[in-house]
Amino acid sequence: MKDFPYSELKDTRSGFGAGLHELGKSNPDVVALCADLTGSLKMDAFKKDFPERFFQVGIAEANMMGLAAGMTIGGKIPFTGTFANFSTGRVYDQIRQSIAYSGKNVKICASHAGVTLGEDGATHQILEDLGMMKMLPHMTVINPCDFNQTKAATIAIADHEGPVYLRFGRPVVPNFTPADQKFEIGKAVLLNEGADVSIFATGHLVWKAILAGKLLAEKGIDAEIINIHTIKPLDAEAILQSVRKTRCVVSAEEHQLNGGLGDSIAQLLAREEPLPLEMVGVNDSFGESGTPEQLMEKYKLNEAAIVAAVEKVLARKQK
Amino acid sequence: MSQDTSLTANVTPETQAAHPERSVAELKQIAAQVRRDIVRMVHAVNSGHPGGSLGCTDLLVALYFRVMKHNPDFQMSGAGEDLFFLSNGHLSATLYSVLARSGYFPVSELATFRKLNSRLQGHPATHEHLPGIRVASGSLGQGLSVAIGAAQAKKLNQDDRLVYVLMGDGELDEGQIWEATMYAAHKKVDNLIAFIDHNGQQIDGPTSEIMNLGSLRAKFEAFGWKVLSTNGNDLDTLLATLNEARQLTGQGQPIMVLMDTQMGFGVDFMMGSHKWHGVAPNDEQLEKALQQLSVEEASDY
Repeated sequence: MKDFPYSELKDTRSGFGAGLHELGKSNPDVVALCADLTGSLKMDAFKKDFPERFFQVGIAEANMMGLAAGMTIGGKIPFTGTFANFSTGRVYDQIRQSIAYSGKNVKICASHAGVTLGEDGATHQILEDLGMMKMLPHMTVINPCDFNQTKAATIAIADHEGPVYLRFGRPVVPNFTPADQKFEIGKAVLLNEGADVSIFATGHLVWKAILAGKLLAEKGIDAEIINIHTIKPLDAEAILQSVRKTRCVVSAEEHQLNGGLGDSIAQLLAREEPLPLEMVGVNDSFGESGTPEQLMEKYKLNEAAIVAAVEKVLARKQK
Repeated sequence: MSQDTSLTANVTPETQAAHPERSVAELKQIAAQVRRDIVRMVHAVNSGHPGGSLGCTDLLVALYFRVMKHNPDFQMSGAGEDLFFLSNGHLSATLYSVLARSGYFPVSELATFRKLNSRLQGHPATHEHLPGIRVASGSLGQGLSVAIGAAQAKKLNQDDRLVYVLMGDGELDEGQIWEATMYAAHKKVDNLIAFIDHNGQQIDGPTSEIMNLGSLRAKFEAFGWKVLSTNGNDLDTLLATLNEARQLTGQGQPIMVLMDTQMGFGVDFMMGSHKWHGVAPNDEQLEKALQQLSVEEASDY
C-alpha cells in the first residue's frame, strides 16, 4: 500500500475559493454569483478583488440560476455559490430548463454537501444532489476529494463549455493530492494499484478509502484504490480495466446509494462485466445533527465501513 | 397548398434594425398575418395556446418590426442588438411567426410547429437550435431572471442596447418573479423593459378568483420599478408607451409596462374568456377566425 503524505488539513470549499480567485485573475469572462453565503463558500477573495464581476443575489437561489443562465448569453462564465442543498433540490427546475436544457455555460458550485455539514442537521445535509444532477442531460458532475483537487477542478471547469455541477464540503480533510495536478474532467485517478478488490471512492470518501486500504493491507488484502472525481461522464474504461483484474468491487461516497456513484458503477457492471459489488453510502435515510466524524461513523461512511464492504465482497468473489 | 411568399420577401437584414419608418398601417397588416399564422398553426396540430398568443401579437410585432434593433442572421450573444425574452413560453406560436416573418428562418417551417423532429417545439427551446431563441421557457417564472442576467452582461460588455421580456399575469403567481423583481431594482438594472400581459385570465379562471393580483402598479412601484400602463392591443397607444419606456431607461430603475390585453384579440369568439387558453379551433372555427383576420395580401405559409 502506497503512502499518501500530506502537510495540512484543509477544507475543499477553500479549494473552490482559491480556484475562483485564480480564475478572476486569469479569465475576465468569469463572474461569480452568491446567495448570501460568501464567507461559507470562501468567495471573499474574488469579491474583494473583482467587485464588478461579483453579484450578491441575496437568499434567492431560483433567481440566481436564471441570472446565471442569462449572463452566459453575453459570453460570461458564471459560477454560482451556495450550499449543495440550495444549489440542487431547491432550484431543480430552474437548472433543468434555463441551464441544462438550454445548454448554458453555468458552473453550479455547491458547498456543505453531505452529512459532514454537521450540526445544522438534515435540513441542510443533502445526500441526493449527485443523483439529481447526473440525471440531467448535458450536465457534468464533479466531486473532488481535497483542497488541491477542488482548486484544480474549479479552474478546469472554466475551460469546459457547458453546465457543470461541482460539489465540495465543509470539513477539513488531509490535503494529499499534488498542488500542481492537471485536473482532467472524466478521468479517474489511480491512487493505489492492487490485485484483490477495486475500491472506487469519490469526495470525502477518497481519504477514507486510503485509510481502509492500510487496514486491509494489514490483513493481507491488496486493494486497488481509484478516485472517481467525475461522476458524469463516468470513466468506464478505467473502471472496467480495474475490475477485470480484481474481479470484485466496492464503491464509497457521501451520498444516497440510490442515484450516486455506486449506482452508476452498478449500471456499468451489469451491462459490461457483471461482478459482485458492495456499496458504501447512505441507505435511504436522512442525516441528523452531530459532528462530521460522529456522523461519518453512524452512517457507515468511514474506513471501517469500507473494510467491512471489502470483506463482504471478497466472500462473494468467485474463486 | 402553402406558399412561401412571406413578408420577408422584400426585407433585407440591414433594414431589420429599428424601423421608425414602418407605418402603423403596415404593422397592423403584419399583426393580422401573424394572427392568421397562429390560428392555422394551432389548428394544424389541434394543440397550442391561441388565446394568449393572439393577445400579445401586437407587442411582438411592434418590437420586432419597428422598435428593436436585431439581426435575423442569428448570433446567440446578441452583441450590439436589443434582446427579447418570452417568459410565458406557451405563446410560442406568436414568437415563431414573428421570428419567421422577420427572416430568422423560413416561414414555411411554421408548418412543423409542435410536430415530431421540428425545431418549433411546443414551448421555445434552444436545444434544436432554432434561430432567434436564446433560452428555453415554458416552465413559468424564469424568464425575468434570465433577462436580468442578460441585461447585466450587456452592462459588463459596455453594450448599450436594451433587453425586453414578456411575462403573463397568471405567471406572477410564481415566487421567482418577485425574487427577480427585488433584485433588478436593487441592482439598478435600467437597461431592461419588462411587460406584463395583463389579460386577467389564467387556466382555471379569472386571476381575480384564482390568485388576486391586487394593484400591480403599487406592487412594482413598491419594489422600486418605474411603472407604465398601456393598451397592448392598440398599436398607436402601445408604440407611444414603448417610446416612453425607452426614454426612461438608463435612469437607475428597471421599467415595467403593465399591458392590458384581451386573450384571443382579433377573433371575436376567442375574446374575453380563459376558455381558449390551451384549446385549438376546429375546421369551422378556423374558417371563421381567418375571415375576421383579413389582410390586404395574405401570405399564409
